[in-house]
Amino acid sequence: MRYAPSIAALAALLALPFALGNDYYVNLASQVLIAAIFAMSLNLLVGYGGMTSLGHAAYLGVGAYATAWLTLRLGLGPLGAGAAALAITTLMAGFYGVLALRASGLGFLMITLALGQILWGLAYRWVGVTGGDNGLSGLARPAPLGIDITGARPFYFFALAVFAVAFALVALFVRSPFGASLQGARDQPRRMRALGYNVWMIRWITFVLAGFWGAVAGVLYVYYNNFISPHALSLTQSAEVLLMVIAGGAATLTGPVVGAALVVVMKNVVSAYVERWTLLLGVVFVLIVMFLPDGLVPGVQRLYARWRTRP
Amino acid sequence: MGFWITQSLNSLALGGLLFILSAGFSLIFGLMRIANLSHGAYFMLGAYVGLTLLQRGVNFWLAALAAGAAIAILGGLVERIVLRQLAGRTLSQVLATLGIAFIIADACLWIWSGDPIPLTGPASLRGAVPVLGTHFPLYRLGVIGIAAVIALALWLLVEKTRIGAMIRAGVDDLDMARAVGIPVKALFTAVFCLGSALAGLGGVIAGPILSVYPGLDADMLPLALVVVILGGVGSLGGAVLGSIVIGFIYTFGNALLPDLAYVILFLPMVIVLVARPRGLFGRIAT
Repeated sequence: MRYAPSIAALAALLALPFALGNDYYVNLASQVLIAAIFAMSLNLLVGYGGMTSLGHAAYLGVGAYATAWLTLRLGLGPLGAGAAALAITTLMAGFYGVLALRASGLGFLMITLALGQILWGLAYRWVGVTGGDNGLSGLARPAPLGIDITGARPFYFFALAVFAVAFALVALFVRSPFGASLQGARDQPRRMRALGYNVWMIRWITFVLAGFWGAVAGVLYVYYNNFISPHALSLTQSAEVLLMVIAGGAATLTGPVVGAALVVVMKNVVSAYVERWTLLLGVVFVLIVMFLPDGLVPGVQRLYARWRTRP
Repeated sequence: MGFWITQSLNSLALGGLLFILSAGFSLIFGLMRIANLSHGAYFMLGAYVGLTLLQRGVNFWLAALAAGAAIAILGGLVERIVLRQLAGRTLSQVLATLGIAFIIADACLWIWSGDPIPLTGPASLRGAVPVLGTHFPLYRLGVIGIAAVIALALWLLVEKTRIGAMIRAGVDDLDMARAVGIPVKALFTAVFCLGSALAGLGGVIAGPILSVYPGLDADMLPLALVVVILGGVGSLGGAVLGSIVIGFIYTFGNALLPDLAYVILFLPMVIVLVARPRGLFGRIAT
């Protein structure tokens, strides 16, 4: 019975494209799934690790750029390019983690922001490799296991498969003894140290893992768009994903998924009418931080608990 | 030879601009423990306000002061209305300033549209002067002078006045400062206004050199972060040194290795982080 909600949710997600009908909505659902993987990866840091990063776009962006560059310039196949992109991004996360974990709290936030901006600047200026402002285009979607995923629905199922695996593995990770020690390191770093845990190493491993899942989202992102530009590495992107985590509920499994759905849908609806998405993003950010600091999922859970125990 | 002299002076001018920007950022961070992520946006908004005033025929220096005053008022409102509500929740405060940065950036794009616009410098500083066998724009020398004057004034304020002593006390130990009766809340507002004013003023002063364009905020904020990480939080001396170092690296990087200038810029930050995480002059660990 423990897995009943997960199975029900998976069944609902499998049925979703048939209920939505129109390709536009199916594509929107694919975007939500990619954003959800991205937000789950950041949640490992922000929620479970207590390390607020404002440079998480780095991993999505580098994963996406590496996939595109390896395919277009070196002629690697999708499997080789994807695997190499994941490896490169994970290595980079290892290096960035060593730098960022020199500080904690706000220092960590500022360093991740600055490190993220380096990559953004690089994507803009290093035109020979990244194509500069124009980005890299001309990538074709792969055919995993010989299945064509060019269409909206097949791609949705592909993204769903990756999402389901990511969600299950993240859930396992969080509930593992290591996940418990990570949360211990977040709440009581001194006690954890006194108990003999290597707090730095716990945080670094989590940082690298978050980078890896960010890269997974990046590979999906570049195959969804068949295109990558410096925007993927921008501070706006990092802020959007942080908003997803905080709005949905940090340190909950479903929070980032709910947050991703909220932000992606809101962005698409708003962008259809006006060009002022950034302005709205800012307003929502301020409002959430001021009035709903622990996010939607914990907020709703609290209301539900109060309703169940009503006199 | 001319290349090195010109670029060195350019570096100092950029360093001066960076100091005006990051001194306020550093003071706010040191006292309130907030990384004010809307600082770049204040800089850009200041430049746009200055631009509008200049287009109405206002004198350059008057426009710069007025823009500084306008941004100071805005900063004061933000501190009172938003940040004070979140007192004690540092992370929430930082995220709120990020949200405000997005609001300002998009509002600027809305009002002033997307093209880069250079500000007209003051008539008294037009043209170039001979310096050590080469010619250099007078305005950039003026910027170096203005930055030096601001640095001196800030140093006097922080080191020689009663308010400065309160600020230093707050930077070193906020709880103790509160306990001995320093009006910390009023001090917060004052320092936030001061920092915002410097950012707005700096935007106008930078206008004739950098122009004003959407994205100026996102270009400047990381520079301020790097200066402060390098120099140390809450330290004016650190802000001076960090600004000059970054001014030189950015200018020479752009001249010699334009593709990688942005990356080279962050190298000193990486080195300092590895060797001395609290920054060269930092009194408090970040």
